[in-house]
Amino acid sequence: MNSTTTGRMSALLLRYFFLLRSSWPRVLEIAYWPTVQMIIWGFTSIHFSTASPELTAGGILISAVLVWDSLFRSHISYTLSFLEEMWSRNLANLFVSPLRPWELLLSLAVVSMIRTLIGMIPAALLAIPFFGVSVFDLGLPLLGFFLNLVFTGWAISQAVTGILLRYGLGAESLTWMLPFLLAPFSCIYYPLDTLPDWMQVIAQYLSTTYVFEGMRALILHGEWLPDLLWRAFLLNGVYFIFGVSVFCIAFRAARNRGLLLQSGE
Amino acid sequence: MESESILKVNDLTKYFQRNLAVDDLTFSMQESSIVGLLGGNGAGKTTTLSMLLGLLRPTSGSVELFGHDFIKNRHAVLQRMNFCSPYVDLPQRLTVRENLRVFSKLYGVKDGTGRLSELADNFRLTEFMDQPVRRLSSGQKTRVSLAKALINQPEFLLLDEPTASLSPDVSQWIRKRLLDYRDRTGASILFASHDMREVELLCDQVLIMSRGSLIEEGTPEKLRQCYGKDSLEEVFLYLNQHGGGK
Repeated sequence: MNSTTTGRMSALLLRYFFLLRSSWPRVLEIAYWPTVQMIIWGFTSIHFSTASPELTAGGILISAVLVWDSLFRSHISYTLSFLEEMWSRNLANLFVSPLRPWELLLSLAVVSMIRTLIGMIPAALLAIPFFGVSVFDLGLPLLGFFLNLVFTGWAISQAVTGILLRYGLGAESLTWMLPFLLAPFSCIYYPLDTLPDWMQVIAQYLSTTYVFEGMRALILHGEWLPDLLWRAFLLNGVYFIFGVSVFCIAFRAARNRGLLLQSGE
Repeated sequence: MESESILKVNDLTKYFQRNLAVDDLTFSMQESSIVGLLGGNGAGKTTTLSMLLGLLRPTSGSVELFGHDFIKNRHAVLQRMNFCSPYVDLPQRLTVRENLRVFSKLYGVKDGTGRLSELADNFRLTEFMDQPVRRLSSGQKTRVSLAKALINQPEFLLLDEPTASLSPDVSQWIRKRLLDYRDRTGASILFASHDMREVELLCDQVLIMSRGSLIEEGTPEKLRQCYGKDSLEEVFLYLNQHGGGK
């Protein structure tokens, strides 16, 4: 008997699949929020299209909502799966098994990707008949935008799961707060120069800013600016190192303080 | 012929900030033995078990398990051990079968389906294999946790008060399962408990801890004789009042 990385990761994927299967409202919820967001912003877009057509040109609002939601969904899916282990007091069972911490992180990322796609694809497809907007018209750059935001979501999640390990469920609200802290700086619905100078300085260190600047250039001016995307990937590399470091430090602290056995409600 | 030591604990110490939780603990365990770790609340039993599981890093000392340095390289041996505690739950929303399937994959059990039906028979789980764990009684949950703990046929099993809050008949049934398992596989079991009678019935060797230190060790019979008492409980109470013999 010898468990391998793929075997252990497939065990965790199976665990999250069983969890989803046990509750149909959870499955529905994955696609529910992105679709509701898309519908609300779709009608807002229609309303603005007569008064300020430049605001809604090329379906920019709906596209921005959908693309931004991929960050939020990837982060929430990742962190909620980890929280499930804390809520069910299962972390000790996992960490006394041959599972390596990095295998847990990788499994959470895979689950997050699957859940994000399940959530985003129906909303993106429904936007076509409802509002005549197809994010898929962005072509290959859409994949770059999407992956960048998913990576940012995971980097936030790695740091948040580390904080949850160290400080317990009292830090749970960070899960919901952190992505929204980035939102005003990320220039989702407005160009970078709309922000006051001090906010622009912060925005320049966010991968999300480059994603939305790049997307606006492509939708509004038909201009594809790959260097913005590469900058976003580079920043995500830095965030990834930061996120994993926070998790590793927190994991070490949790082992020093005996928090792995106590985690839970 | 004397059996080999599978576990060697040397000078194991744990401080939580300035509080000393385990003080210079040294003991060893032989292959195929059942060792009881006894102590009152706050004696350091759970802290010791956590260090032996790799969930808690010791402040100092060493743990050698199956010849490996467990503190530096615990992943080399985690495959060969398992544990069960009433204080650690299995995912409540998953059914018993789903839980056991997940853990059989996690431990790389070759014939997972076969092992599951074997455990279902041994632990009388068949009738509620497809029930979510949250709907089970505490006795049933304990049986499921023990089935999980034996899923990989561990050579070293750590149990933290596995019969806490169970009725005497269920406790007796579980003790019998554990003895059967040891006799059949030659596994070693470290068993932390408050229940002196249970330890007396089950264990070949007893370690008594108080305030983080090992204050006495020996076979239940030897300890009773040594202190001139009729039961291990009386020995324990005596040691608690008069201090350790080591």
